[in-house]
Amino acid sequence: MNVLTDNFHTYAEGFLGTLELTLYASLLALALGFVMASFRVAPVRSLRVFGTAWVTVLRNTPLTLLFFAVLLGLPRFGLVLPFDVFAVLALGCYTSAFICEALRAGINTVPTGQGEAARSLGMSFGQTLSLVVLPQAFKSVIPPVGSTLIALAKNSAIAGAFSVTELLGTYKTINELGYNIVWTFVWIAVGYLIITLAISALFNLLERKYGVAR
Amino acid sequence: MTEATALYDVPGPHTRRRHAVYGVLSTAVILALVAWLLYLLFDTGQFTYTKWMPFAYEGVQELLLRGLGNTLKAFAFAAVLSLALGGLLAAGRLSDHRTVRWPATLVVEFFRAMPVLVMIFFIFVALKVQPLPALVAGLTLYNGSVLAEVFRSGVNAVERGQREAAFALGMRKTQVMVHVLAPQAVRAMLPAIISQLVVALKDTSLGFLITYEEFLHAGKLIASNLDYDLPFIPVVMVISPIYIGMCMLLSWFAGWVSRREQRSPKTEAVVPATAGPGALLPGGEPPMAPRP
Repeated sequence: MNVLTDNFHTYAEGFLGTLELTLYASLLALALGFVMASFRVAPVRSLRVFGTAWVTVLRNTPLTLLFFAVLLGLPRFGLVLPFDVFAVLALGCYTSAFICEALRAGINTVPTGQGEAARSLGMSFGQTLSLVVLPQAFKSVIPPVGSTLIALAKNSAIAGAFSVTELLGTYKTINELGYNIVWTFVWIAVGYLIITLAISALFNLLERKYGVAR
Repeated sequence: MTEATALYDVPGPHTRRRHAVYGVLSTAVILALVAWLLYLLFDTGQFTYTKWMPFAYEGVQELLLRGLGNTLKAFAFAAVLSLALGGLLAAGRLSDHRTVRWPATLVVEFFRAMPVLVMIFFIFVALKVQPLPALVAGLTLYNGSVLAEVFRSGVNAVERGQREAAFALGMRKTQVMVHVLAPQAVRAMLPAIISQLVVALKDTSLGFLITYEEFLHAGKLIASNLDYDLPFIPVVMVISPIYIGMCMLLSWFAGWVSRREQRSPKTEAVVPATAGPGALLPGGEPPMAPRP
């Protein structure tokens, strides 16, 4: 127990680092994923090809390789940013591919008749999208997006190994102070559990409020 | 459009013309992006002779191949062991005995909730294990737990009549599981299982972080060599197509199996799982069999 109380400051710093990383990367992933999903269902072929290529390549890239390329590669182009920003970029881009697929699957669950009915009522494209298709897609998209974001929180551990302040990285500091290594990891594990359980609770709440009645 | 969505009507001549204009514009933007990237690459001198020279050396090629071999070795161990562990844990979770079912459930839920890297670091740092066993053990625990869920949902998705018919024939519960339920479940869940193996293959790159001498590690060695003018971008340009290609090949295989299973009479009693949108995501939910 005293591993936690003695090093509470280090743990809190790491915990907040993971939380921040998860939050910003989630926002980037949701925004990029939305853009890519709209590319993938666009009536313009070149946008569809671009979206498909983005998803296929990123889904099959090991995240470590992406971190390696972004954190150590982009500075070669003279783009020098703090490591946390690079980490958010890598995590966000990676997760955006999965968010995109979840959103696209959600749009495809809306029956064609819904759009046809909306158009025959004289709705414009924007109205069809914002009043009919997206609200229905949103309902079925909550659980897969939730599990994707939980996975993002877990994957953020990789950033710690690339010297970003983050929960997993705290083991080094605490280990050097000579504390029991097993208990150090137990508290790290508890930290991750808190974050993943919180996201899962949040999405359960959303699902109960807006989800599809089955 | 390849698939009908609720979004658009069949376009008329006016709309088609508009879409063609959008197409030309967006193609131009994408091409400009690619050109800008290429310009950046040339501008920062990534295609100079010194930076690409190391790949002509036999020693460097051997280093890369050895790294690739180590990656594949870790993947093979992790794949076989996690399939075995997955089978074991699934059998535990499906057991009739509470004393077996609860520990198995606990193990599966715990390892699924933990980031795989935390497991690997714990085994590597706290238990002071060599890099390869640590990597394989971490991957096995995580992927085994996920595969256990895949197997279990496959078995549960087999049509109820199959189990009932087998019991009516006088089979015992082990026989029912081994001869009737498990074969159909595995066949139907094969795409999901292969997708999970892609995740395992991608995660072998985590070995780089615990100094296991795998593919990325070999790349890092070459990239940080001053004699070759730090050929970092060339190394990434060589390594990533190989890595991504391997994963793509395996996921394409999963898709192929999935398409094949969908017209196979052998999986009639259970709806085959498709390699769904969430698959391939490390740390994601295990793909579940669709409810019949």
